[in-house]
Amino acid sequence: MLEIKGLNVWYGGIHAVRDLSMSIGRGEIVTLIGANGAGKSSAIRAVAGLVRDWKGEITFTKPDGNSVSLAGCPPETMVKLGIAMSPEGRRILPHLTVEENLTLGAFTRSSKDEIEESMEYAYGLFPKLRERRSQKGGTLSGGEQQMLAVARALMSGPELLMLDEPSLGLAPILVAEVFGIIREINRQGRTILLVEQNAYAALKIANKAYVLESGAVTLSGAGAELLENPRVREAYLGG
Amino acid sequence: MGINLSFDMFMQHLINAVGLGSLYGLIAIGYTMVYGILRLINFAHGDIFMLGAYFVFFATVRYKLPWVLGVLTAVAGATVCGLLVDRIAYRPLRNAPRISALISAIGVSFFIENLSVVVFSGMPRPVVQPPLLMKAFSIGGVRLVPLAILVPAISFAMVAGLLWLVYRTKPGLAMRSISHDIETTRLMGVSVDRIIALTFALGSALAAVAGIMWALRYPRVEPFMGIVPGFKAFIAAVFGGIGSIPGAMLGGLSLGFVEIMSIAFFPRLSGYRDAFAFILLILILLVKPTGLMGEKLEDKI
Ligand SMILES: Nc1ncnc2c1ncn2[C@@H]1O[C@H](COP(=O)(O)OP(=O)(O)OP(=O)(O)O)[C@@H](O)[C@H]1O
Ligand SMILES: [Mg+2]
Repeated sequence: MLEIKGLNVWYGGIHAVRDLSMSIGRGEIVTLIGANGAGKSSAIRAVAGLVRDWKGEITFTKPDGNSVSLAGCPPETMVKLGIAMSPEGRRILPHLTVEENLTLGAFTRSSKDEIEESMEYAYGLFPKLRERRSQKGGTLSGGEQQMLAVARALMSGPELLMLDEPSLGLAPILVAEVFGIIREINRQGRTILLVEQNAYAALKIANKAYVLESGAVTLSGAGAELLENPRVREAYLGG
Repeated sequence: MGINLSFDMFMQHLINAVGLGSLYGLIAIGYTMVYGILRLINFAHGDIFMLGAYFVFFATVRYKLPWVLGVLTAVAGATVCGLLVDRIAYRPLRNAPRISALISAIGVSFFIENLSVVVFSGMPRPVVQPPLLMKAFSIGGVRLVPLAILVPAISFAMVAGLLWLVYRTKPGLAMRSISHDIETTRLMGVSVDRIIALTFALGSALAAVAGIMWALRYPRVEPFMGIVPGFKAFIAAVFGGIGSIPGAMLGGLSLGFVEIMSIAFFPRLSGYRDAFAFILLILILLVKPTGLMGEKLEDKI
């Protein structure tokens, strides 16, 4: 459903992503793993329309089979096409309530019923958020904020959900919970692009994985396969 | 020093203060909203206020439109001008260092003022007040004209409408979100430029309404009439807490109150009238730099 070919991202003189190609099939969980500064965020931010200086082809295939090129499209176009992202560091609006944060996630939708339905769906996945619905986002715990970030991305009803380091700063038990929910969301039919430093957790749930080093893909394959790969084990799984 | 004011006189001054203060407040809201979102002091805001006054002058005096229609045209005209300022002077600089936009703001303000001198001439022109608004009546011993009641009434109604929009609608939600984190707001599918334009439109419309009421109170218009009220309104916005809409209104009312009352109690100070705003500014910066209702503004991420 998403085809990335020869993606390059620059920040001034820094060449952050080099000739990245990857392909994400409908219904899959695909993960992009790599160390700090490898260029993972830059890559998915390019897909989301947040990066200004990039080159390459990003093609999105809609359920009806029509393909659209995402070159130069602003984030609103992506959201309307069905691509949503939960950014690195959660980026919850601290002064807005949980419910307002969620409503913001549904900004491109106009049907009140659909928004209400998505809200119910999000609260179903994350019952904690329902309890906290009128609390300010900034008062949530780190784990709750992460759940809110995922829930907010779901509010636009995306087909492709991109998650940038959802495990960041979470205790192991919470990581397991969040990854369980990611699988659940995937089982309900959404495609997932997961960017992670926590390679073990990511590879365990991924159908397909790409390893990024200094901006370039150095390895790719099925999640389970990479989990056994000696190079991956050494570099990312602590031997 | 004449400190023996009668109650009636006091009431009259009070109403006067609320009227003037609510006008400062209306202008201050435009500064505070734009600053809240872009961290930009829109120096041209006082000029939009002036344009609103001129447009109503031309619509009603020159083209003899009925007042209601004239006011609507003037507000629409000034709003379009406010949008153009954003589009031409600020939007191309959205990703430039903040100082560039600030310099552009000063430039566009000079431009509007001087263009107005060329187009409207520098001569002050008298505004004809609708007789209906000036027919004096008295409540108790307080003598009033309807305009004195109408000005704060309209101001407060507009602020109520604005608060509803900002706190109860989706574009309002986007505005509040942009002021904290533009990028995340974009990521949610918000067309940020459109919301910023809406902010300028709302601020300009309020400034135009203020300009029109100002022109009715002090019945004349001139190209530089926006400078001093604009400056004071900006101070009112800082005093109330920049970024806060209720704060801007409160700041405006405080300034109106201080200006009118100090002269009422100490007529000999009337020559220093324009200095009170600065005294308020210095006081608040010493005591509570974030302003009366301001929250701490972190720098934009
Ligand atoms: N806005 C920016 N301006 C300049 N350089 C940037 C910017 N964002 C990222 N970079 C640089 O690009 C490179 C890749 O960064 P990126 O954030 O994509 O890495 P990452 O793989 O997501 O790392 P992490 O796991 O730490 O989040 C880094 O060297 C980083 O310093
Ligand atoms: Mg990253």
